[in-house]
Amino acid sequence: MLLNTESLTKTFGGLSAVSTVDFNVKRGEIMAVIGPNGAGKSTFFNLISGFMPPSGGKIVFSEEEITGLPAHAVALKGIARTFQTTHLFPNSLVIDNVIIGNRLRTRMNFVDSIFKTSRARREERESMETAREILDFVGLTEVALRPVDSISQEAKKRLAIGLALATRPRLLLLDEPAAGINFNETESLMHLIRKIRDSGITVCLIEHKMKMVMNLADRITVLNYGMKIAEGTPGEIQNDVRVIEAYLGGNEVA
Amino acid sequence: MTPSINSLRSGKIIYLALGLLALALPQIITNKYILHVVIMCYMYAIAIYGLNLILGYTGQLSLAHAGFYGIGAYTVGILTLKLKLSFWLALPAACILASLVGVLVGLISLRLKSHYFTIFSLCVGLILFLTIEHWESLTEGVRGLIGVPPPNPIPLPGGGAIVFTDLQAQYYLALLCLVFTIFVMNRIINSMVGRTFMAIRNSEELASTIGINVFAGKLLSFVISAFFAGLAGALFAGYIRFLGPPMSHPNMTFEFLLMLLIGGQATLAGPLVGALLVNTVTESLQFMQSYRYVVFGPFLILVVMFFPQGIVGGYYSLRNRIRLKKQAKEALQEIPPVLVTGNTKTKSEELRG
Repeated sequence: MLLNTESLTKTFGGLSAVSTVDFNVKRGEIMAVIGPNGAGKSTFFNLISGFMPPSGGKIVFSEEEITGLPAHAVALKGIARTFQTTHLFPNSLVIDNVIIGNRLRTRMNFVDSIFKTSRARREERESMETAREILDFVGLTEVALRPVDSISQEAKKRLAIGLALATRPRLLLLDEPAAGINFNETESLMHLIRKIRDSGITVCLIEHKMKMVMNLADRITVLNYGMKIAEGTPGEIQNDVRVIEAYLGGNEVA
Repeated sequence: MTPSINSLRSGKIIYLALGLLALALPQIITNKYILHVVIMCYMYAIAIYGLNLILGYTGQLSLAHAGFYGIGAYTVGILTLKLKLSFWLALPAACILASLVGVLVGLISLRLKSHYFTIFSLCVGLILFLTIEHWESLTEGVRGLIGVPPPNPIPLPGGGAIVFTDLQAQYYLALLCLVFTIFVMNRIINSMVGRTFMAIRNSEELASTIGINVFAGKLLSFVISAFFAGLAGALFAGYIRFLGPPMSHPNMTFEFLLMLLIGGQATLAGPLVGALLVNTVTESLQFMQSYRYVVFGPFLILVVMFFPQGIVGGYYSLRNRIRLKKQAKEALQEIPPVLVTGNTKTKSEELRG
């Protein structure tokens, strides 16, 4: 098991956005988290990636408890994430965005940079190589030297994933990677996600496009009102009465 | 974009020429007053380089900068005047003390974000000023420190010495420190450390998801900026040799800020260009006294409206635009006419097959 949460809970005032969720991701799988709007999926990701401290429960990543660690420390442990709205560093080149992703694997400090020590030179070179490798992997070598603002929405999505990959994670959290892109682009995005999994990185994603989720995921967890209501293979989830209820809202489902 | 070898060479030649000009300046300019203005510009520029690191590259507007400038100056003043210490020991001591105070202030104030940090830093700046103004037993309060000794003479091997009551010696000392500052800044900015600062400036949230300790990054940048403010203050003390509390007042921070914004934040040349330009204009508008801000106000508004990255940043974006236009023109000429008129398949589609 790569990631485990035990009765993970987050309350905002009296409202519980995530309540007592037991959840796990196995090494090497693609796990999807689905649920109606406001089900607490993004909050759940924010808890795992250290953006918010949980109100209760436990998060264990690769046999090590990471509950309450700040975001940068979680990244260092090997969890990378993307955001629902594509987050990139504006006003810089495509390649600059990816180079900085390697920062957490470097040890150089400002003294190294002033004296250009051998460590600084080695790490600068490594960061550049990693960046080129990653851009090649996500298919953005062509636009490496373009300003970020000038590339397409779909390329930005790939770049955001590339930036996350540049941190060399073991677990990649994708928050609605296919939001706002068209059908053809979704296909190539699915191809990329499979390629990431095949390279040995475990993937966990939130997604609303059901066709994509059913095609891509090995397992699916369904959240509703902050609680886990089902978990299983795409086939099991499609026929789960509680899931259909949650999505269609009726109890008169024949 | 990778600059072509030709433009790289021409860039180097320009830097070399500017360096030579700076070296020869005291021989060219015989007017002592003008040389004095240039020396002051260099000292301001050193302090502004510090401000540029924390504001331009790390995105944190600190209004305590003049406080650190004051700490640097008063450290040299007190150590050399009251303790008869050599200027050459007091100078590093001033930089270190400014940095240490920077660590303390940073540890507390950088817990706040954006505007809250700025307001807090303004208070810190005011506290540093008031401390200097009212700690009379140490700083002589509003009377100021009078008669700070000039930097001790440096004996030359062939007899004789470099004496710092001489304007030219002061000029070269300031120039040396300025070159040191630019060198350090250039190295930091073009490294992973500089990229870290810029990542924090561009998005704190994203920076922390890729494993950057945002607080530690800001603190480092803040302390380095305090170091250079201290260095500038120390030089000022050894040159002007009279220290009054107003030099550490937040008003001074705003003067630095004005020069930085006009020169161009987040550019390497910006602080120097800003310091030279604003001071030259200030000196030539001396007859207008405080009314000279009537000139600066509209000018600053124009710069912020049309060149948000200052004069140097504006120059860069203009140059880029011309270069891109040229590239686009060349690219159009290279494409065979069939592609331009007939084929509707876009380049990205072709790539994906």
